[in-house]
Amino acid sequence: MNLQAFFHMGGYAVYVWSSYAIALVVLVANILAPLRQRRRLLRQLARRQRRERRQP
Amino acid sequence: MLRFFHQLGSPKHFYRIAGAWIPWLAAACGVLVLYGLYQGMVVAPTDYQQGDSYRIMFIHVPSAWMSLFIYVVMAAAGAIGLIWHMKLAEVIAISSAPIGASFTFLALITGSIWGKPMWGTWWVWDARLTSELILLFLYLGVMALYSAVDDKRTAARAAAILAIVGVVNIPIIHYSVEWWNTLHQGPTVTKFGAPSIDLRMLIPLLVMAVAFKLFYLLVVLMRARVEVLERERNARWVRELVERS
Repeated sequence: MNLQAFFHMGGYAVYVWSSYAIALVVLVANILAPLRQRRRLLRQLARRQRRERRQP
Repeated sequence: MLRFFHQLGSPKHFYRIAGAWIPWLAAACGVLVLYGLYQGMVVAPTDYQQGDSYRIMFIHVPSAWMSLFIYVVMAAAGAIGLIWHMKLAEVIAISSAPIGASFTFLALITGSIWGKPMWGTWWVWDARLTSELILLFLYLGVMALYSAVDDKRTAARAAAILAIVGVVNIPIIHYSVEWWNTLHQGPTVTKFGAPSIDLRMLIPLLVMAVAFKLFYLLVVLMRARVEVLERERNARWVRELVERS
């Protein structure tokens, strides 16, 4: 297969690849968001529990 | 089986079972995406009318299907939460909204990018595009309503009612290309009889559709787990989990 022709997409490269790039960004963001939220929540809960132990 | 569903209803077990599923879903989804992209970008032939621009279809069409599918799941889960006060259904409904919004956004933006070379315009105010845009606003409305109310259960109830009312938009989107004249092409896959699409194009399309379904399942479980942790923050199992982490 011709790699240059593949990236050229019959002259529609800008349209095709920008669509795929946007999709990639949106999907990856969907994976990262809950991972970050989970980390943040666990840190926040750990802080609260440490506070409670010090002053019961 | 019944015991399995009963356990799934308890937040603690849901958190554990969903956590066990997530790596498998991620792997299956990744493999399908790679296979679908290879079939779609390399194996599938160039379209005789649209050239290679039609390859946008492999993300545009599955995204559009998912935008409708997730909305129906969200509204159904919201209704179950309203009627039977099932907390987990509320969590699933609320966790679905941002994913549905993402797919709606993708369907709109990739459609727009596809429309420019094929129709000569980024956007037309026709029935299909306008109703899909309303769908995006419905998702954003559900998310905004949920985050605007402090009490999570009241918030989930209000968001569920909005989601259920918005279901009227779903058949409008689906039939819009048949009811009204539009630039948007009619359905080629779901119409009765043989689909009018080359098999080498149909296979990657269906593979990507399944991959996107798995992606939704993966992300909704990830989101739901965080939501469950937050709601159950005072439960003993969450405290123990925090201690261990």
